[in-house]
Amino acid sequence: MTREHLPMPDLTCREMLLQMGPSHPAMHGTVKLDLRLDGETIVGIDTSIGFLHRGFEKMCEASTWNQCFPYADRLNYVSPAINGVGLALAVEKLLGIEVPERTRYIRVILSEIARIQDHLTAIAAAALELGGFTAMLWAVEARDHYYYLFEDVAGARVTLSYCRVGGVRNDLTPDFREKFHKAAAITERLMVDIDKLLTRNRIFVDRMRHLGVMSAAQAVDWGFSGPCLRASGVPYDVRKDDPYLVYDRVDFDVPVGDNGDNFDRYLVRMEEIRQSLRIVRQCFDQMPEGPVNHPDWQVTHPPKTEVYGTIEGMIAQFELVFRGPVVPAGEVFHSVEGGNGELGFYVVSDGSGRPYRLHVRPPCFAIMQALGDMLKGSMVADIIPTFDSINMIGGEIDR
Amino acid sequence: MSASLLSSLSSRFGKGVLSTHSERGDHTAVVERSRLAEICRFLRDDPAADMDQPIDLTVVDYLSWQGNRPQEERFAVVIHLRSLKHGHRLRLRVPVPESDPVVPSTTSVWKGLSWFEREAFDMFGVRFDGHPDLRRLLLYPEFVGHPLRKDYPIRGYQPTMPMPTLPRGDRVPGSHPEE
Repeated sequence: MTREHLPMPDLTCREMLLQMGPSHPAMHGTVKLDLRLDGETIVGIDTSIGFLHRGFEKMCEASTWNQCFPYADRLNYVSPAINGVGLALAVEKLLGIEVPERTRYIRVILSEIARIQDHLTAIAAAALELGGFTAMLWAVEARDHYYYLFEDVAGARVTLSYCRVGGVRNDLTPDFREKFHKAAAITERLMVDIDKLLTRNRIFVDRMRHLGVMSAAQAVDWGFSGPCLRASGVPYDVRKDDPYLVYDRVDFDVPVGDNGDNFDRYLVRMEEIRQSLRIVRQCFDQMPEGPVNHPDWQVTHPPKTEVYGTIEGMIAQFELVFRGPVVPAGEVFHSVEGGNGELGFYVVSDGSGRPYRLHVRPPCFAIMQALGDMLKGSMVADIIPTFDSINMIGGEIDR
Repeated sequence: MSASLLSSLSSRFGKGVLSTHSERGDHTAVVERSRLAEICRFLRDDPAADMDQPIDLTVVDYLSWQGNRPQEERFAVVIHLRSLKHGHRLRLRVPVPESDPVVPSTTSVWKGLSWFEREAFDMFGVRFDGHPDLRRLLLYPEFVGHPLRKDYPIRGYQPTMPMPTLPRGDRVPGSHPEE
């Protein structure tokens, strides 16, 4: 919506500086934008992040491998399950172990549920800030049913701490599948309603379409991934292109957009929710029974009967808690498809029970640096929908 | 795919590629920092490499390293790349000495590594020569030291800062009640 400059010969015009954030209602997750404005047109944006920096990487270097998982949950707190899965897969790649079949399915199920939550949150926030309060309430209602599922299985709604090196904390609850199908049915009903409220809503469409445009070539060059890259027409999805866990055994489509604008990002997210539901349903059909943890006690905790009943079990437990699972020296990079795109973990071990270096590649980090490019020439009001469609998560970008 | 890429890299750049290895499915080329910009440009433009996706850039501080493969230099800049067309990935390692922690910037090749370089500078004090805007990213400008270096303590304390004097914007005279 580039404004044509009107001839105004009598007015002196100069650039105005405007600070937006860090505690601005629309800058959810703390971020500060220093805007350079010509009237209401954006000339440049200097994005400041780091207001939520908690030293995740430094803390992990002082923790055992398993102690990193609670920290990892606090990276992308909108889809926390995926962070744990990504970290566990990276460490397991370094260890050279494969988790049991059932755990692979459990991890995919949790990742996809987390993705549904992530996309619902992104859509809810965008709708809310463009005036669609009802759509927000419905999306948040749909999301809440999954929080109850997580509460059943891990005991916490958001910060699950559910994944472990070599497995997961416990098996799914017996009624998990049934409860998921109920939640999925509710989600599908609410999705139809949200779709009716937003997709052809004139106000919503006018504020989303042709704004925050990113061409495919630019998006790749900026390191985009996830829904933002796919909205630009690049069908890159880590789940398809570098499949991990059991993504090569399930059938799902990768939606792509045409224009790379905010509206395409919204549409891609809407479709991905449906695809995620599809993946979880297939996983429930394919999932075998069996153990959920790797049998090696040097990696996973022994059962409690062994810990309290045998000396070997007790020693294994003691070693794991105090020294941590011993990971051979080396380095790996492993990425998973997070809610916002490629979530990578670069892990370096020196052969002890603690990470020597643990680096996270947060997907929205790469996307946020292009915010100035996406918004140059737009109006101040266009920041809100563009920022929403990026779905920046403070915990992930600041770590 | 990547294995042939590694051999073509080392044959093309000779001593610019110090060593290559493939471990646990990750392909790595250790490269000389003076040739880094040239190698990056080759990796992006060569049709067989076609590394158009900048995935990640970070630094490892090997000050207290006890593991295998003893490191000659204190720092290593680690870059991860991916090719959209071919689907292969590559890791570049650039050893950087403590006495002169400067690496040529890759932002002229991939724009997407800009913030990653700023973060690496912020956290490790490794400077990226040619970066257009090398400021601290996650921390504030007055922060003393670089916290992800191994010699920065886990419970490091920072000096308190005086309250910054905020710039007073240009106002129309007489429009503000204080004046």
